[in-house]
Amino acid sequence: MDYKALGLVDDEFDSIKDILGRLPNNLELAMYGAMWSEHCSYKSSRLHLAKLPTSAPYVVVGPGDNAGIIDVGDGIGVAIRIESHNHPSALEPHQGAATGVGGIIRDIFSAGARPMALCDALAFGEIIKRDDSLDNVLNNKRQNSWLLQGVVSGISWYGNSVGVPTVGGETVFDDCYTSNPLVNVLCLGILPLKRLVRGQATGDGNLVVMLGASTGRDGIGGVSTLASSGFVDDAYTKRPSVQIGDPYEGKRLIEACLEILDKNLIVGLQDLGGGGLTSAASEAATKGGVGIDIDVTAVITREAGMEPFEIMTSESQERMLAIVPPSNFSQVEEICKRWEINLSAVGKVTAPGADASPRFRILRGKETLADIPVRSLTTQAPLLDRPSSPPSDLHFRSQQDPAILPAPTSCGEDLLKLLVGNSWIYRQYDHQLFLNTLRLPGHDSALLRLRSPDILFSKKAVAVSVDSNSLWCSLDPYQGAAMTVAESALNVSCAGAKPLALVDCLNFGNPEHEEVMWQFKEVVNGITQACLDLSLVVVGGNVSFYNETNERDIEPTPVVGTLGLIQSLEQPLCDLKQIKGDSIVLLGELVDHLGGSAWAKVIHNHRTGHLPPLDLRFHADLIRLLTDLISSGIVHYAHDVSAGGLGVALAETAILSGIGCEVGTISSHGQLFSEAPSRVLVYTDQPNKVLSAARLSNFNLGSSSPQAQVIGEVDGEFIKIGNLVNLSLSKATSAFNLSIPNALGETVC
Amino acid sequence: MRTRQALNAGIVVFPGSNCEHDVALALNSVNVTTQFVWHQSCSLDGLDLVVLPGGFAHGDYLRPGAIARFSPIMKALVDFIDNGGVVLGICNGFQILTEAGLLPGALCKNKGLKFLCQNTKVRVCSNISPFTANLPIGTELDLPINHFSGNYICDTDTLNELESHGQIVLKYVANPNGSLHDIAGITNLDGNVMGLMPHPERACDELCSITDGMVLLNSLVHSLDS
Repeated sequence: MDYKALGLVDDEFDSIKDILGRLPNNLELAMYGAMWSEHCSYKSSRLHLAKLPTSAPYVVVGPGDNAGIIDVGDGIGVAIRIESHNHPSALEPHQGAATGVGGIIRDIFSAGARPMALCDALAFGEIIKRDDSLDNVLNNKRQNSWLLQGVVSGISWYGNSVGVPTVGGETVFDDCYTSNPLVNVLCLGILPLKRLVRGQATGDGNLVVMLGASTGRDGIGGVSTLASSGFVDDAYTKRPSVQIGDPYEGKRLIEACLEILDKNLIVGLQDLGGGGLTSAASEAATKGGVGIDIDVTAVITREAGMEPFEIMTSESQERMLAIVPPSNFSQVEEICKRWEINLSAVGKVTAPGADASPRFRILRGKETLADIPVRSLTTQAPLLDRPSSPPSDLHFRSQQDPAILPAPTSCGEDLLKLLVGNSWIYRQYDHQLFLNTLRLPGHDSALLRLRSPDILFSKKAVAVSVDSNSLWCSLDPYQGAAMTVAESALNVSCAGAKPLALVDCLNFGNPEHEEVMWQFKEVVNGITQACLDLSLVVVGGNVSFYNETNERDIEPTPVVGTLGLIQSLEQPLCDLKQIKGDSIVLLGELVDHLGGSAWAKVIHNHRTGHLPPLDLRFHADLIRLLTDLISSGIVHYAHDVSAGGLGVALAETAILSGIGCEVGTISSHGQLFSEAPSRVLVYTDQPNKVLSAARLSNFNLGSSSPQAQVIGEVDGEFIKIGNLVNLSLSKATSAFNLSIPNALGETVC
Repeated sequence: MRTRQALNAGIVVFPGSNCEHDVALALNSVNVTTQFVWHQSCSLDGLDLVVLPGGFAHGDYLRPGAIARFSPIMKALVDFIDNGGVVLGICNGFQILTEAGLLPGALCKNKGLKFLCQNTKVRVCSNISPFTANLPIGTELDLPINHFSGNYICDTDTLNELESHGQIVLKYVANPNGSLHDIAGITNLDGNVMGLMPHPERACDELCSITDGMVLLNSLVHSLDS
């Protein structure tokens, strides 16, 4: 077998020969090819990810296991994980996105948590193009629309059917994602902490049992040839590497596994994802410090004649690996039978040899097909410190600020173009199952009651938000990433929750390009700094490299998913229904700074400039002030100022509430559309209390301009902003709701 | 106020059902005790009410309800209905009841060929059956829908019979899915079996904003109690 076809390079092949002391056979080579792929080994990123802050008293499980687990008190844990499925979705958007959902859900119940909610961060090339006259623009728009429709239908099909509501997320459009969309899926789970289980194998002689779907030829090479290389024009020949999902099998697996865990019948549980059985078994063995023997003849295959390497690297969906003490096997079998789940004991846990080096052996009956030191596949996989250097045009990017752009002839018309609502998307997702969704999608963050069939009487709630901004990160990856974390944390606090932890999904181009590696390192540093200053920890993440098409890398896109906690639902919550007649108070400064703004990008295709400054300590104060104001009932609603600036933030609240606004203070398009960080609109009938609370907090120190001011009120059927904007609410609402279906040429019932 | 023992409802769980816990919470909130009944069970003895909840019974890959109608519980369900037992099918439950021939007509894919999860307004059009006996005709309720196949169809004769016998219980005020005559929920001729596409259990909690589901469930409970 040609090792290069498996994605291995010469140095790596030499290392394998050194480790084994002989030439690897084809099966062993396929196993190394999968495990040493970028996707499984994180070889380009591991070194840098080690900087991220990961521990806090409430972190039960941090990065590296199936899911991050947060202890929220009362014996309740929240599981969270995010993962990308970009390349499969680029080739076959429906199944690519569907299996992304399936994979992340398995990670959550692998930890003993019931999957409770999904959020997606999606990114596509532009679908709303004003200049359709050029053929390539039109073709790209068609392709982007096809990808959007396929991805949304895939998430809808799998998520709804498997019975996990999709409660939030974000969708962004930028031409850097043409041909290479981003599909990042976050799943939240809830568990009684006593049910927590790890993805590890322990106990000499315990059975290694596969549960769920049979093993087929789908997805072979997924991690190595699909996820760990860029696209060129023949990308569609890789379509057979995309797996096919079966949400019904997924649903029964959730129920069967949780029942098995409730009865305490197994010692470890691991899902089969990228790298298939090779990855699941070697990871579980590594974590438990043991060896594993697998007999390929015991694996239930979908068709006859499958080669051992196919069985060991298949990425067929809906499969789990459980480590079962032999005395419990019949009880596990009984539960699986009731849920119509197939199972097969495919191997055994083995004790490390005399040299304390656990082995991963693949057998066919009595014949040994492969014999590998387990850790050489996992923790001892190659570790690279790839060269990095800033992009040559970085200096140019920071020059040419949008301040040079002409003022709009009509701010109202520009505002309309920036209003892109997601209702066309989330209407296709079941977002209400389990009755925990305390507000509909479309706000800054999703707000969820923490309740499940196992945990009926909790008073707690969590907020979750996923955020990204590739334009910010292309101008300044360090500050752009820090601003992304800051925005995500602020979004969570807009629901009244205290931000605790985050997961990140780091989407980048080809790490063999020095400027991509530089962007990656800067982004990790930016996330690290923001976490330290905002008292957040990273409890999990995923790196997706090789997002490139024909050598063109995507802009750096760290997606951040932040989790916040509300201790008791008896405290006041935000309620949009109460804002009629309220004063609108801006917390944070009124500034005129358009660097990195959606206005410059969308209206003028202007992608250069310098980012407005970010003061993370000020931001931490703002979050504290905001959560205090909400929990004390002084504020009825809060909305952070982000993409599209104050103009979009004011319009969105008006559209969601159905009531217009009259705002006086804003006097220039720069103030209207600036995306300077650390700013929130709060809606209140007690503006003086808000202003005095802002004065009493540390909030005004070190700044000459006012940091909290009343800018207008909620009233009427128009969005009126100074002399700049006078839009009817109905016109803004239809622009907001119809922008996506209109671009797709669809009518809405 | 109720003085007798609480009503006892059975919620049938097929593999792939997913609204069973939500239905239990909603029924508990109107003082109905609940128990889950596995689809392979053969008995519905001792129950005052049987609910077929929403979800994707047996995956719904062929057609919603097409496999579920063959589950062992369905024979017991027919006997239960023949003996006058009251059955409520919500969403997938409605689809199963039509597939099993326990309600007339069928549910096709939505006009627009998309899954729809949204609030709808429905109007009570008949109060002959116990399900709406306590609601004035014309009452409007806010109830969420959550389905891909909620587009009700039947032939003209059936439609005429449904209309003339007062079997059309709920109609959409603004039709979201192309359903014939805006039909959102119907009963059988005897009025003891109802299917509806909206999810009343999703509208029973102040924290989730809408509570009209309780109006419907309370009406049913009141009828069964008296």
